[in-house]
Parts: sequence; C-alpha cells; structure tokens
Amino acid sequence: MSGRDTSYAAVMARKNEIMKASLGIDYEEFIQSPIAFDYDRMMRETGFSLEDIVRIQSETKVGNTPLYELRRLTEAVRRISPPGKGARILLKDEAANASGSFKARRASISAYQAALKGYAGMIAATSGNYGAAVASQAAQRGLKCIIVQEVYDSRGVGQPEIVEKGRACEAYGAEVIKLTVGPELFYMLLRTLEETGFFNASLYTPFGIRGVETLGVEIAEQVRSRYGKDPDAVVITHAGGGNLTGTARGLQIANSSQTRIVACSVDLSGLHMASDHDFNRKSFTTGHTGFGVPFATWPDRVDVPRNAARSLRYMDEYHLVTQGEVFYITELLTKLEGIERGPAGNTSLTAAVTLARQMDADQIVVVQETEYTGAGKHHNSQLSFARQNGIEVRRGDPRENVPGKSIVIPERLDQVWGKEQDMDRLRISYLKNAARALPVAQWSENDIRFLAADVKKDAAWVQQQAAQLEA
Amino acid sequence: MSKIAKGTWVEIEQVILTPEERATNLPEDTKKTPYVLRVSGFLTAEAELGKEARIRTIIGREFTGLLKTVNPSYSHSFGETVPELLTIGTEMES
Repeated sequence: MSGRDTSYAAVMARKNEIMKASLGIDYEEFIQSPIAFDYDRMMRETGFSLEDIVRIQSETKVGNTPLYELRRLTEAVRRISPPGKGARILLKDEAANASGSFKARRASISAYQAALKGYAGMIAATSGNYGAAVASQAAQRGLKCIIVQEVYDSRGVGQPEIVEKGRACEAYGAEVIKLTVGPELFYMLLRTLEETGFFNASLYTPFGIRGVETLGVEIAEQVRSRYGKDPDAVVITHAGGGNLTGTARGLQIANSSQTRIVACSVDLSGLHMASDHDFNRKSFTTGHTGFGVPFATWPDRVDVPRNAARSLRYMDEYHLVTQGEVFYITELLTKLEGIERGPAGNTSLTAAVTLARQMDADQIVVVQETEYTGAGKHHNSQLSFARQNGIEVRRGDPRENVPGKSIVIPERLDQVWGKEQDMDRLRISYLKNAARALPVAQWSENDIRFLAADVKKDAAWVQQQAAQLEA
Repeated sequence: MSKIAKGTWVEIEQVILTPEERATNLPEDTKKTPYVLRVSGFLTAEAELGKEARIRTIIGREFTGLLKTVNPSYSHSFGETVPELLTIGTEMES
C-alpha cells in the first residue's frame, strides 16, 4: 500500500483497521466497556476444540513432549531440606517441539488459521523463541514469514541470545527485520502488516493461548498415569502471560483444579526496558520482571485490542529469582541431569528448587518448559557477554545481585532462595491501571465481575479495594 | 570502490525514524538515537559498499538502503569460558 502516510503518528492512527484486517477477529463483538469484555466467549469462538488443536499440532511436530523426573536434582534438594521435605521435581521437555520451545504450540494454531483463511504469509514482532516458532510453523504450512525483531543497541551490538534467535528465524526461511532498541517495534509491525496483508501472528490472540492449553492437559495426564495423582504445583516462567494462561487453562480442562499455579520471573528491577544503554546490560531477554510485572498488572498493553493472556486470572503465587541463581541451576541441570537446555527455560526450574524444599517429599512440582540451547543461547555465552559489557560476574550470595551491575552465582544449592512477591500488591496495581482506563466511579457491576475474575478474587474484594482507590 | 555484483547476498541499513520522528516518552538515551532497520537480501543490481542499494529478501520483498555488509554471517558463539561455572555440580563443590 505505497502512497499511504508512513509517519509514526499516521500509522499508529490506523492501528484498529490494520489489526482487524490482519487478524480476522472483530474484537468489538466481545468488548463491553473500556475494562470488561467477554473473555470466555472470545476463547470459545476460536472455533477449535481441544481435539482439533491436538490434531493440528501433531501435523507440525508440536506437543506430546517427554516429562522427565529429575532424580539427581531432587536428591540434591532433599539433602538441603528439613526431614520429610523435598518434593519430586519433574521437567516437561518442551525443547522437543519443532523449533525447540513451547512457543511452537502458540504459533501452530495461528499458522493453521492463516493458511485456512488464505493469507499468503504471517508476521510476528518478537525477539524471543516465538520468532523461530512462527517461522518453523509457517514453513510447514507453506506460508511466507516475516519476523520483526529488536536486536541492536545504537552501536549495532546485539545480545548473543537475540542474534541466535534471529539466525534461527532465517534458517527456517523467514525475512528478519532487525531493529534498534525502542517501542516503535509495534509501529514497524503495523507498517509491515499493512504493506503485505499478511496474518498477524500476535502472541496474544486466542489462537496463541489456546495452543498452549495442550501443554497443561499433557502435564495432568502424564503425571496421573505415572504417579497416580495430580501435580501439587506447576511452575511457569512468566513474561507476557501466555505460557501461564494457556497452561493453567489446560490443567483446568483436565480437572487438575487443586494444582498450585506458580509464576516465576528473573528479577531485573531497576533496568529500563526501552533504554538503549540498559539493553545489553540484562542477561535475560525474556522471562523477566520487565515483562512479567507490567503484563500481569495490565495485560491489555499489547498488539491486539484485548489480550487473551491474562495471568492474574490463573496465578496463585509469583516468585522472583536472580540471574545468578538461574545460571547456577542451569549448570547444575547440565551436570546432574545430563541435559543442556537454554537459560530462559530454567527460570522456573530455579523457583521449583525453592518450592520443593518447602514441600513434602511425597509431593510433585512440575517445571513446565525447557528451551533449546546452542551458540549464543547458552548461559556461558550470556555470562561471557555480560563480562565484556562491564558487568561483574562472581560466585557468592545471590542476594547481592544488582541487575545491570553484578551477577552473583550462588556457591551452594542452599543459597538458591529467590523471593516471593505479594500477590495482593500486584492485584491492586492491576486495579489502579483499570482505574486509568475507566474511573472507578464509572465501574459497572459487570466491570467489577470482570475485574474480580481477572484477579482471581471475588466482587466484594474488588469493591473494597475500589473504595480505597477512590478515597 | 569495487562494485558488488548483482545477486550477491548482502545486508542493508535504513533509518526508519530520525530522533525527531521517534515516539514520545522514550528514555533520554534512546531519544537521541535514530530508529534503524537492517535486513538481508540479494542485490537486484550492482552496488557499492556504503552506497544506496536495492535488495530482494528471501521471501521476495524489495528494500532500498545503504549497503552495509557483503555476505552477512553469524559469528555468535559460546563465548569465552566463564570459570565460575566449571565446578558447579562437581565433586569439588559437594
């Protein structure tokens, strides 16, 4: 569509029409107010049953991944736990999906839908594993693919992990648009959608989230068939919220309703996510608080009108771990369990160690993903790059970690503790954001019902908090 | 300057937004820099390094920009050995 005004303001002003054309979903049908929308109906009306999703995914090398018991790591945790404590730690090896991560589940339904609706190609804006997943799924459906990626700082330096993710996209035949740091990534996505007329394989559509439900269902079924009970806790690395939302929904579908849903992010507080300077001073490109907290407390900050990933709706606990703790656990996984996996997927494994120490020995904690590893996407690459960028790397007490300044790798397993976030603080922060979208005085009964469901509380609790916000 | 042949795999660079054209509410450091795109493709005509060039990407779209790199390659690695990791999970630490 050459000839149209491509200035920042003009493209952003055409956001709604571009979205509608590129998704084939009319969000207006579901939206009830600036806050509320019919979430359940939107998820149902993707038109796919669980059986459909299983079939679609099996066509493109997605799902049915192994669940491993981490015997030596569990033993190591029991040695540092009080008597009778030390839950069994299980690991869902999502690296076995095509393209090497759980993101293939998310991309698979979008690719199927894009092909079904006759789109010539699909586009996603992501610097993460999702790019490779979209490229891999597009390749298998005979679609063209464009990945819009934030790669470089203004010096042209890219984190090894992101550079590797870009390489993987190109390996699967995608055109990769590599950009410098900035929130204008969304503008570039819109511009490219408009130029090409391709399908918007956003991470946050109902297709993306429903694709992850099979992960939760598989976990429930695999744990039951092997151990004769439901998992007591499932730990999920949390960034945008789709992994948590989809997995928790899958566990609910499988009637595993007593399972605790535990989110975990790497603590990067203090680093600005849109800062050119800070960009290469963080050693994790996702699964960190820079995404996890803002997306939990306001999910609708995304590239679609309403986000299908609504993590607080499903989350029971939210743990933070330091970069050093995750690197330690990644190395321990390699040495004790004989498998190398990428660091981002090991974020939840780190929280699982802390949880297992406090849980009974006959309980089960499931780490629900791994990701592939290799040059660039390896904890040694990340640490070496951090050191080159002036970050101090040493062994010691991980509580001394300062994001962007130092990475302190624990000396012993019993120093891996992480910390738990106050869930009510997160919920109140969400309500404050909702009050920015619509003043509290204008909240209807329906809005309050929606908010209550969205923070996993009842309407009375929301009303009580609303009164305090107004005061 | 030597000419780069038509059909060569190259990377070009385009300034998408100058600092003045960028989004508002950026951090101070980011605000000072232009928003830059790089993309790889095959040269549609002979071109010179550092000069304007036109490319066709792997999916067939065309872009114009400054010719930055000939035969762009990936050289990311496992990095220099980080000795702090070596002993984790070994007898030396048990």
